[in-house]
Amino acid sequence: MDWRRSIFLIVVAIETFSILMHNCLQFVKKGQYVIELQNVAYNYGGGELLSGISLKLAPGSFHFLTGPSGAGKSTFLKLCYMELAATSGRVQVFGKDVATMGRDEIARNRQRIGVVHQDCRFLDHLSIAANVALPIRVSGRDASAEEANLKDLLSWVGLEDRADALPAELSGGERQRAALARAVIMSPDVVLADEPTGNVDWEMSKRLISLLVELNKMGKTIMIATHDLNLIRTAKSQVNARVLRISNRHLQLAGADL
Amino acid sequence: MKLDASELIALLKGDSQADKVVPPSGYTATLTLFTSAAMAFLAVFALALSLATGRLADRWASELARSSTVRISAPAGQIDAQTRAALEVLRTTTGVASAKALSQEQQRKLLEPWFGPDLPIENLPVPQLIEVIEDSSGYDSDGLRLRLSAEAPGAVLDDHTRWRKPLIKAADRLRFLGVLSILLITFATGAMITLAANAALSANAQVISVLRLVGAHDAYIARAFVRRFTLRALSGALLGVVVGMIAVSFLPAASENGGFLTGLGFQGWHWLLPFVIPPLAALVAFWATRTAALRRLKELT
Repeated sequence: MDWRRSIFLIVVAIETFSILMHNCLQFVKKGQYVIELQNVAYNYGGGELLSGISLKLAPGSFHFLTGPSGAGKSTFLKLCYMELAATSGRVQVFGKDVATMGRDEIARNRQRIGVVHQDCRFLDHLSIAANVALPIRVSGRDASAEEANLKDLLSWVGLEDRADALPAELSGGERQRAALARAVIMSPDVVLADEPTGNVDWEMSKRLISLLVELNKMGKTIMIATHDLNLIRTAKSQVNARVLRISNRHLQLAGADL
Repeated sequence: MKLDASELIALLKGDSQADKVVPPSGYTATLTLFTSAAMAFLAVFALALSLATGRLADRWASELARSSTVRISAPAGQIDAQTRAALEVLRTTTGVASAKALSQEQQRKLLEPWFGPDLPIENLPVPQLIEVIEDSSGYDSDGLRLRLSAEAPGAVLDDHTRWRKPLIKAADRLRFLGVLSILLITFATGAMITLAANAALSANAQVISVLRLVGAHDAYIARAFVRRFTLRALSGALLGVVVGMIAVSFLPAASENGGFLTGLGFQGWHWLLPFVIPPLAALVAFWATRTAALRRLKELT
């Protein structure tokens, strides 16, 4: 009986391996890293803030980015969403070198990247609903056709009652959730969040993180810059997140000590 | 230019959504409207001026070129004899279609504006005037002068070129100034709209960067501003043109026997010309705002 069991195990192993190989090949063939940085440096003019940064963000991955304030977390994210151009090295977004992209191409690719800012960056004269729908509007799609979508999204972040409020009338937590809703309304492939829990209490932080985890489970690539280690611990219990740390201008993979 | 045309069409079709993205701008909008109206008002007058001086120059050139005058100043007893001699000379001169001595009545009428209606012209040593009409080939004025001085020593030929030339020159210069004014007004409108657009772009820098961040194309962001300024310039200019044309229509008309003077207003189909101004203003505003916006956007990432 033992040899039969061995054969069975070998067959299973081979099958598993081939499936893995197949997936792997599929992955390599498409070359689809969502965002890829190769030996990137950034210089504000007063010396290098970041140098020698290499990173590949695979689709569906979940990353935290941590480091002391002023270390360059925001700058790193800006390089990822193409607000800043690397002073050296190469940044590729969706497989394309950012340096070779025209302004309109950058705009098109931004529609596939949802960004949550620490200070939200709303248009203060428009209602929350209009702000959340803004990416749809500017992409030239008919915002009224997405009305149901918008409603779902607002109730997902718990703001269905505040749709008509102006940004200034919202609390910090509500604003952050609205910012998250705006970041995902275009159903982007990546969500980049810069200190999304910077101005909100712990309960709200947990809620925001669970929303981001939910998005990750839907297949979105997530990267969250934060200095809140508690937040990272909470998230790690829900999702397989990797932690990157910026220190001394370099990006390192943080250990499992968190 | 092809891109501009499609942009312009997209603009006219309108996108109220894109409009709302930029916050309303309050009194600066009124200022743009007012300046555009004022510029259009001035443009109407510059246009009227250049058209009127154009007509003036043409009229002076054609009316004066065909006629000249022989003036006979002689002692009272010799005037008639010299007039007859001069008429004889003129009749035999090639290039002269007709020559006619003015009657006492006609001479009095000519002097009336200066001396009043009851001038006893018979008692005054007024020279006799002979009106000479050229035919299309014209005559040799130097030759005629020589012959006249031989036959009628008191005759002086005045072929009007002496004072016609500076008049036409003045009219032409005036017309040039009118055209120059229209050009200056056009450029000033462009400059004014550029300044206003830059102010609006600066005031809305935050809005622009948010739009850029959520993936708006440059053309989309520019359109929100371009549409506003184009519409403001258009409506302002329309207002200015209407007011300007009302003002022009109230200018006193030139009297029928006013001679060389011509009405300063528009005549005939020229009344339609001012309606070119609002679309022109809109085009200038469109181009100025678009250039300013795209230049500003290039500075952002």
